[in-house]
Amino acid sequence: MRVTMKVNGQETTAEIEPRLLLVHYLRESAGLTGTHWGCDTSNCGACTVWLDGAPVKSCTTLAAMADGHEVRTVEGLADPVTGDLDPVQQGFMEEHGLQCGFCTPGMMMTARALLDRNPDPDEDTIREAISGNLCRCTGYENIVRAIRWAATHQTVDSQEVSA
Amino acid sequence: MQTPAPFEYERAASVEEAIALLTRHGPEARLIAGGHSLLPMMKLRLARPETLIDINGLADLDYIRVEGDQIAIGAMTRHATVLESAVLAEHYRIFAEAERVIADPIVRNRGTVGGSLCQADPSEDLSAVFAALRGQVVIRSVEGARTVDLGNFHRGPYETAVGDGEILVEVRVPIRTRTGSAYEKVERRAGDWSVAAAGAFVQFGDDGSIADVGIGITAVGAEHFTCAPAEDLLRGRPPTAEAIEEAAAICAASCHPSADQRGPVDYKRHLVGVLVARALNRSIARARGEAA
Repeated sequence: MRVTMKVNGQETTAEIEPRLLLVHYLRESAGLTGTHWGCDTSNCGACTVWLDGAPVKSCTTLAAMADGHEVRTVEGLADPVTGDLDPVQQGFMEEHGLQCGFCTPGMMMTARALLDRNPDPDEDTIREAISGNLCRCTGYENIVRAIRWAATHQTVDSQEVSA
Repeated sequence: MQTPAPFEYERAASVEEAIALLTRHGPEARLIAGGHSLLPMMKLRLARPETLIDINGLADLDYIRVEGDQIAIGAMTRHATVLESAVLAEHYRIFAEAERVIADPIVRNRGTVGGSLCQADPSEDLSAVFAALRGQVVIRSVEGARTVDLGNFHRGPYETAVGDGEILVEVRVPIRTRTGSAYEKVERRAGDWSVAAAGAFVQFGDDGSIADVGIGITAVGAEHFTCAPAEDLLRGRPPTAEAIEEAAAICAASCHPSADQRGPVDYKRHLVGVLVARALNRSIARARGEAA
């Protein structure tokens, strides 16, 4: 079957088998390998992307289900025009929010969705929000700090942009 | 790499079309909603449908609303919507308490109420919630709609009253006054299936005794996810500590847990007693308007 979906604002299309999972469509058909393929059982969250604005685990979503819909991956976090990193990405840099980096794309997509809903989450809220994303380096302390960094800097940044 | 076996893919734009596709493709066709139960089963070849009928386009089955003296929940309502529903929070706090411990926030964006019930996993949480509240499901086919009580819905592990050519479209729960409800779950780690979980509602009568009560239990082989003898024992009685303890003990004794990596049988029975008592006590406090 042929599927067509917008990924990070760009139209993509491919002839696929219906059983193709969204994570493999993104990595192999769309060539976007930023989304990581982890546990394959919807536990680890490394494959987290947005489907129509909500984070989903792309290893447990058929590419066919995204046909005609909009997907956002980690490659779509930075500003497409200026290339400026999203505050979440900046925060992971500033606060050493990644070690091996495998969970990072999923963590950041979840973090961005959290901050869009709740711009000033406390630590408990952050930990609850990322409870579906596993870091096997166990670097949660710094991941939480990274998301807090983004929370405290995104308001400033948006004010700077509007000024 | 885990990949499902090949299947034909169809997409339904309406309930009627979903029923027509089910009828056309026969008993080896399965509906797929969020897919967070079915796709993992297909990856493991525990399920191997020949045709998947995608019903994610059925936005008209995504609702939570009051209809007369009932709350109606559409089958395509996502877990995240249930968790955040003001209507459900007003009438039954058991929903948000159960949802908060179902899988994780990302899975809850995708998984649906109807899908969870139809998967009929013996450890599923909403089955216990709806069993406690004595809900009903609405099932449609070419012949029209029929209503099934939750007590008759589950036919065994992974088996329900939904037959070939049928689709579960709605779940209903009665609205009750002077009622409190609560959910208690013990899990090994965040997002895991229950070791054991229990939910309850308690409704007071004019004389301060328990006019009605519902108990839901999951993951421990409780018949129909409930324990009717314990409910019968409490009905009409004042909510004393002794009565709660007695009811909890009946629940613990009458369920059928299996020993597995989540714990031995004795431990699970003990948990059932503790969790049923906690759920009942918090329901009672809430029915009285106390913080719990």
